[in-house]
Amino acid sequence: MHQVIPGAPATGLGPAAPSDRPDPAPARIAQVVERSLARLGRRPEQVLQHLIALQQAFSFVPEAGIRALTERLDVTRAQCLAAIDFYAFLHRTPRGQYNILLSDNITDRMLGSQRLMQLLCERLGVDPGVPRADGRVSVDVTSCTGMCDQAPALLVNGFAITRLDEDRMRHIAALVDTRVPLQHWPQDYFAVSNHVQRSGLLLRDLEVRDAGLSALFERGGDAVLAEIERSGLRGRGGAGFTTALKWRFCRETGQPQKVVVCNADEGEPGTFKDRVLLTAYADLVIEGMTLCAGIVGAREGFIYLRGEYRYLLEHLEAVLQRRRELGLLGKQIGASARTALRSGLSVGRGTDAGINAGIGPDMDVISGAAQTGDQTSNQTSNQTSAVRGRLDAVDGPFDFDIQIHLGAGAYICGEESALIESLEGKRGVTRKRPPFPVTAGYLNRPTLVNNVETFLAAARVAEHGGYWLRSEGTDLSAGSKILSVSGDCALPGVYEVPFGTSVRELLDLCGAQSVQAVQVSGAAGSTLSAEELDRVLAFEDLPTAGAFMVFGQQRDLLEMVRNFAGFFVHESCGFCTPCRVGGVLLRDLIEKVASGRASAHDLEEMRRIGDLMRRASHCGLGHTAPNHLLQTLEKFPWIYQTRLASAEYTPAFDLDAALAEARRLSGRDDPGAHLAS
Amino acid sequence: MAIVEGRFRLDGVEIPFQPGQTIMDAALAAAVYIPHLCHHPALLPHGSCRVCVVRVNGREVSSCTTPATAGLEVESETEALRALRVAILQMLFVEGNHVCPACERTGACELQAVAYHCGMLEPHFTHFFPRRELDASHPDLVLDLNRCILCERCVRASRDLDRKRVFAVAGRGLDSHLIVDSPTGRLGDSRLELTDQAAHICPVGAILLRQRAGDVGERHGFRVPIGERPYDRESISRVGDVATLVEES
Ligand SMILES: Cc1cc2nc3c(=O)[nH]c(=O)nc-3n(C[C@H](O)[C@H](O)[C@H](O)COP(=O)(O)O)c2cc1C
Ligand code: SF4
Ligand code: SF4
Ligand code: FES
Ligand code: FES
Repeated sequence: MHQVIPGAPATGLGPAAPSDRPDPAPARIAQVVERSLARLGRRPEQVLQHLIALQQAFSFVPEAGIRALTERLDVTRAQCLAAIDFYAFLHRTPRGQYNILLSDNITDRMLGSQRLMQLLCERLGVDPGVPRADGRVSVDVTSCTGMCDQAPALLVNGFAITRLDEDRMRHIAALVDTRVPLQHWPQDYFAVSNHVQRSGLLLRDLEVRDAGLSALFERGGDAVLAEIERSGLRGRGGAGFTTALKWRFCRETGQPQKVVVCNADEGEPGTFKDRVLLTAYADLVIEGMTLCAGIVGAREGFIYLRGEYRYLLEHLEAVLQRRRELGLLGKQIGASARTALRSGLSVGRGTDAGINAGIGPDMDVISGAAQTGDQTSNQTSNQTSAVRGRLDAVDGPFDFDIQIHLGAGAYICGEESALIESLEGKRGVTRKRPPFPVTAGYLNRPTLVNNVETFLAAARVAEHGGYWLRSEGTDLSAGSKILSVSGDCALPGVYEVPFGTSVRELLDLCGAQSVQAVQVSGAAGSTLSAEELDRVLAFEDLPTAGAFMVFGQQRDLLEMVRNFAGFFVHESCGFCTPCRVGGVLLRDLIEKVASGRASAHDLEEMRRIGDLMRRASHCGLGHTAPNHLLQTLEKFPWIYQTRLASAEYTPAFDLDAALAEARRLSGRDDPGAHLAS
Repeated sequence: MAIVEGRFRLDGVEIPFQPGQTIMDAALAAAVYIPHLCHHPALLPHGSCRVCVVRVNGREVSSCTTPATAGLEVESETEALRALRVAILQMLFVEGNHVCPACERTGACELQAVAYHCGMLEPHFTHFFPRRELDASHPDLVLDLNRCILCERCVRASRDLDRKRVFAVAGRGLDSHLIVDSPTGRLGDSRLELTDQAAHICPVGAILLRQRAGDVGERHGFRVPIGERPYDRESISRVGDVATLVEES
């Protein structure tokens, strides 16, 4: 699928000469604010969406925009600033007219992204992170953009360019220098392939027929929920919580005003399957959400779409609109939809016919981050029996509609409670639990959060029944898993395989040879050595939200460790001490190892800090952030040991280097001005 | 008399609790001290500092946010947990600029007092020496972010007790920092008043009251000589909020 690049005003590439870019005119700011208010309303929880609108219009959030928002919504200036400083895609000073962000996952780096970045910066005469003096362009890195199967990739003003190489970089520099508007850039730059390399139970069937919803109208919520229960479907976002339990709990809770949220934040490095699902199977995902709303009795729904997938917004809005027109969203779903569905009216798949040709936008699924963080979710199930109350879920026609909320560059917002904070317009800081979202989530209302793939699977289970899903997989992990495969393999892309498939089988499928390590479930997941390839992808062995990154023999795994450690420092929300400070201490120690200055003592120290983070952090991010380090220390000790400066203790800083300033000031650089090493 | 919902055991000692109480609430009410910094009895539980970490059912949780439930076995004063707490405290020390001997809050500082209680002897980790601001624009108070530990007590007090929202935390990760809601971002231009609860709730020397000759009451605190301040004489585990709460109940 090609991305629809809006015209000049929206991308900030208007006719104004870059050199005399004055502050945006107050009238324009007011206009943008008014338009956003008209579209989204004045509830304070919309403030983040308004800030994103300002950012998109001006490449930063102007002070006058903040003032306008504080005057019109019940939010303070400090709240706006707090959010702007939290989200990586929001800024208080202008970015370049062309704002270029290179994806900085290890899989991008393995394909030379750092060299390409250097090339681009040189060509453009710009320093990373600093807008060029004429305001034309800024270049920086960003966390994994979910294009690992067609890396290296970048975002320019929010739109994805994939398959970067030196030629592309040179051409991009020329396009920027000659101020070619984005919509006139070569369209194939913006092509994002789906790369569905293997379809199974779910992906094989592309037809949209809303049969899951028909089942709901014909058989009622109880019967469909019983099928989902029978299927044993577990959440695909990583934690693997039993979907039917969560839905039943929500259905049975007496409180009104329930909310259904589709977690499309897919920020786990190396995950991109949700991108493909939202591109090519959006109807099915939305059908799953609608089904869920019908069963639990929710009227309001959200898709929380990560900012990196902003290019999918128009497409998703179009799918929502089409479904509204068909009576599958909005008021009285089931009343007319029933007739529409029965008469066999095909809903159509809109713009996505390209899937089989492998052309279409992509994104990643967050994988392992959730594992520890979500263990506590299991407690919800304990509460379930206690709350067997009255059922007030709808079985007849029901009202339900969906809004899309954009994220703005924050991995933590994939964690369900941080996501809810973000939906409420705040910084994405994880909430304490209990209460669980399903009891008190969005605006304290019962909120059901599921992954994109979970909704899709639920829709198909409603159609085919519970046993259908159980026809594949293992006892504890029914059905199939959709995986995002990248790194050193011949055929990166999306693979749907039955749960229980071994790592080795998947490596064979994707054409990976002489494998040194596999990172399952993203930066937060598990690092497997070549001795562990018979382990199986299933909740009982290797739970995964979908990422599968392959590292060949030629790779230096310490580069992976450095990349992940930097990622977690960048993405820690900063709420709790162990993750906020511990992550930085770890990153610094890893850099110390990489520069050949570390000692055995430092390795011990890293273990200790990692253990602390795992045990004492507030949320799943901190719990899983040291995984890669602790596991490589255990399984690949030589990547550290061969770099140690001494077996004992070396200082954290280089004494001689610390004297550089003094040498410069005194104009000396003779041997006497250096410490003997 | 409050209804007792049940009892749990904290290091083997039976602790009664009422419906809705956390492990921390119940422990404090029973005059049993669990080290804590971001927790304050007058505020909603927060759970950010992690100093109150305890072990329940084989895993570590923050006692200030975990509901008490009947029959729970909670470990707190074990060597392993003490070591965790010390490491967390050391992280807080190296993250900011805490020069206790030169700090006006010394002896009355909860960070310092909890560190003494837990047996922290040195900061251990490499200091970050961050550059942070000092805001002296307010007539009655000074805000010195060098010592802020991001406990958000002031944020919560201003929002929930004073109903003003004067403080907020901005940014993320290590860049998280306290900001003030005012047109200039300065405390002097904010709505903070000396009578606000937020002005008196900081556990460390980040929000300090200014003093003038002849000040009495709280404001004369600094003239109490070092060595005679609350936690100089007795451990925070005996004279901190754990003691006040017992007096009240
Ligand atoms: C740091 C972190 C990031 C997460 N990111 C995502 C994500 O991007 N997508 C997702 O579906 N779940 C993510 N999760 C898991 C969610 O918290 C939640 O468990 C999930 O959305 C529930 O849906 P499911 O039951 O369908 O898996 C993340 C968890 C953590 C701790
Ligand atoms: S572990 Fe703590 S600092 Fe890290 S993301 Fe979670 S709440 Fe934030
Ligand atoms: S100023 Fe004090 S009360 Fe406020 S967050 Fe910082 S340390 Fe906590
Ligand atoms: S006192 Fe419990 S986390 Fe701070
Ligand atoms: S002595 Fe603790 S902050 Fe000053």
